[in-house]
Amino acid sequence: MPDAINKVTIDVTVNGRKFRRQVEPRMLLVEFIREEIGLTGTHIGCDTSYCGACTIQIDGAPVKSCTMFAVQADGCEILTVEGLEKDGQLHPLQQSFSEHHGLQCGFCTPGMLMATHALLADNPHPDRHAIKKAIAGNVCRCTGYQNIIKAVEAVAAGAKE
Amino acid sequence: MYPAPFRYHRPANLKEAILMLSTLGETAKPLAGGQTLIPILKLRMDEPTDLVDIGRLPDLRFARNEGGWVEIGALSPHGWVARSDIAKAIPIIKDCAGGIADMQVRSRGTIGGSVSAADPNCDWPALLNTLDAEVRCVGPDGERAIAIGDFITEAYTTALLPGELVTAIRFRTPPPGSGGAYIAYKKAAAAFPVVSVGVQMTLAAGNVCQDVRIALGGSGPTPRRAIQAEAELRGKTLDSQAWQHAADAVAAVAEPTDDVRGSSEFKRQLLRGLLLKAGGTATRRCANATIEGSHVYA
Repeated sequence: MPDAINKVTIDVTVNGRKFRRQVEPRMLLVEFIREEIGLTGTHIGCDTSYCGACTIQIDGAPVKSCTMFAVQADGCEILTVEGLEKDGQLHPLQQSFSEHHGLQCGFCTPGMLMATHALLADNPHPDRHAIKKAIAGNVCRCTGYQNIIKAVEAVAAGAKE
Repeated sequence: MYPAPFRYHRPANLKEAILMLSTLGETAKPLAGGQTLIPILKLRMDEPTDLVDIGRLPDLRFARNEGGWVEIGALSPHGWVARSDIAKAIPIIKDCAGGIADMQVRSRGTIGGSVSAADPNCDWPALLNTLDAEVRCVGPDGERAIAIGDFITEAYTTALLPGELVTAIRFRTPPPGSGGAYIAYKKAAAAFPVVSVGVQMTLAAGNVCQDVRIALGGSGPTPRRAIQAEAELRGKTLDSQAWQHAADAVAAVAEPTDDVRGSSEFKRQLLRGLLLKAGGTATRRCANATIEGSHVYA
């Protein structure tokens, strides 16, 4: 183990706001978002890159923030679940999860939203198979997958060309 | 879970990265996408003193098909490869790249990182054995290309020398009349494959197998070529008897371990089934059929 570890200064944009922080190199991005930025919507589920509850977007790409160091996000745009709503209005995807009962205990929901939000940005009209493939890295331990898929299908059906 | 403390370095270019890794010595590790390394560090199965972040090095994300070679840059993420023109043209690449773990891991995990990690169950090493690929490396003493079969020497061990980094993977552009398929059997998306099979072949008129390569993942400490199985097919008319002989040869050469993913006998039976499935898809793709491949889930 090295004797002295210098902190590293990083600049990140989180949900449109700029932050500069000094972090220990081993700080995980999910801890950075929760503890340094104070946004606790991003959940720590398994902490082993399995469950997807910590899913966020880095420059538009969905990633598991428990399997990335905060220093690797230096200079990047981070989007978390808190960044989905606009002016107090839920994002259509959040609204659809609510309407279709796409959440039970809600623990997996931030990750499900960030994964399916990334899917819809890439493919506005995914079929059922594509939706299932997109949430293959997100575990809902209430097993409420059917309604999650319905919620995403409803948004896809209403999306403008 | 936190990894043990380490110093963090971010070189600006490849030359600087190699110099840094050579100077820091063997307790330093390169960090690319981190999708294999970070879980290992969190479990403290490794405690490097220094991490050299090569994830942003320029010019190492590409996929091209030129002069009879397909070449993929080491820092190409799996998901990016799966959406590339190379994946459209060579379906076995899409099978592999588009099926690794889940969408999130495919955003960050890279092909160079996957071969360097040399996990016995990982997808790229098995797939690249199927394609007889070469691993291009550069280090303090210059560049070299290593055949994938020589590159991965043991489980989690490669022929890379201290300070040496993978820059690209390349393989011969498959000739017309070729087709391939790669199938991994997994318990869930984010889980490692239990076993996997890759088949790449070239068919001549009359369903005669002109050439074939078969490689197995999760069937030993390193990806395993099924050379006898290939011999059962090469030069023959591909009827069900030929495929059954090849499946027998696959089961015979595989040495999967008993573990939480299943008994070795279960895995041998699985390999037989996956070979027949991959072989059927590869045959149809030789005739330009469009078949969406995907990993098989339990």
